[in-house]
Amino acid sequence: MQSFIPVARATGVMLLVLASAVSAHADQKLVPAQSEITFVSKQMGVPVEGRFKKFDAQIAFDPAKPEAGKIAFTVDIASATLGSPEPDAELPKATWFNTAKFPQATFQSGAIKGLGGGKFEVAGKLAIKGNVREVVVPVALTQSGASTVANGVFTIKRLAFKIGENDWADTSMVADDVQVKFKLALTGVGKF
Amino acid sequence: MKSKVTISRYNGISIALHWILAIALVAIFVVGLYMADLPFSPQRLKLYNWHKWAGISILFLSIVRLAWRLTHRPPVLPQSIELGMPRWQLQAYHATHLLLYVLFFVVPLVGWAYSSAAGFPVVVFGVLPLPDFVEANKALAELIKPWHQISAFALAGLVVLHVAAALKHHWIDRDGLLQRMLPGRS
Repeated sequence: MQSFIPVARATGVMLLVLASAVSAHADQKLVPAQSEITFVSKQMGVPVEGRFKKFDAQIAFDPAKPEAGKIAFTVDIASATLGSPEPDAELPKATWFNTAKFPQATFQSGAIKGLGGGKFEVAGKLAIKGNVREVVVPVALTQSGASTVANGVFTIKRLAFKIGENDWADTSMVADDVQVKFKLALTGVGKF
Repeated sequence: MKSKVTISRYNGISIALHWILAIALVAIFVVGLYMADLPFSPQRLKLYNWHKWAGISILFLSIVRLAWRLTHRPPVLPQSIELGMPRWQLQAYHATHLLLYVLFFVVPLVGWAYSSAAGFPVVVFGVLPLPDFVEANKALAELIKPWHQISAFALAGLVVLHVAAALKHHWIDRDGLLQRMLPGRS
């Protein structure tokens, strides 16, 4: 047993070195504190903005080779807020997000297309409340120093995800279109 | 004694504005009282928006009404009525009308300000977005909130006083004063 310990230790060190080398090359990191995901729904014509406070992403993306990129996003749905206590108490309920059963929304990228000038089109599967839909998300990157900011806006149909059921499915009260906006601060993204 | 002295009436536009706004104000007040206690529901959302649309319409009609009032002098009180009134009643009569007009503007403007501060801009009839004349700010919203209710109750109180005085003239004094504002032939 004694002779095994140095071997195990050496293997461990090697693995650590290997792991850090891989992550330095392949992984880009999201900085949640400097990022935001907001959504705007229209209630009888009145735009109402909400946001998600907790989310994270695994990103492997090189602007020089966008088609090889992979982006996986998870949003803690229970962290949704409209900024006032009354509607916030409703959002977790089964009619809206049913966070007890579906605590997370996910996005898994498929094809990523470079459009030039730091603009990309990320196709992928968006899963909310157990419903999966294909979406195409436009992303614009801006870089300054070591940090990269990804901005984008896309529109989803809330009823396709069963967000707002029964009485609340009425689109004359709450519009079907919900605009999702994001500003994501990233580190480790290569120059473009 | 049922007086048959001829009384000069308000003109047709004034009478129309008076009664349209009278009905609108009573309706919006009742809706306001009812909706405030509703639980979160589509019904509540609908009533709140209708209330806001109605409030802005009333504000708009009140501007028209004030402009009309300032450019068209109301008929003077018949001398027999004016002389028969104690001084405090005359003062109350003028003060009530002045305050009613002030509140026609204050109540909807404070409601609009509250809606803006609460982060729900007013979109009239769901299509016409109004500017926010106060910033979206929760603390400010909480500060403004009670004043919409207080001013609305003050307006309701004055309306009750106004109606009571009109009915007193009609049924107790029987001086025909109410005819000045009743629709119909002149």
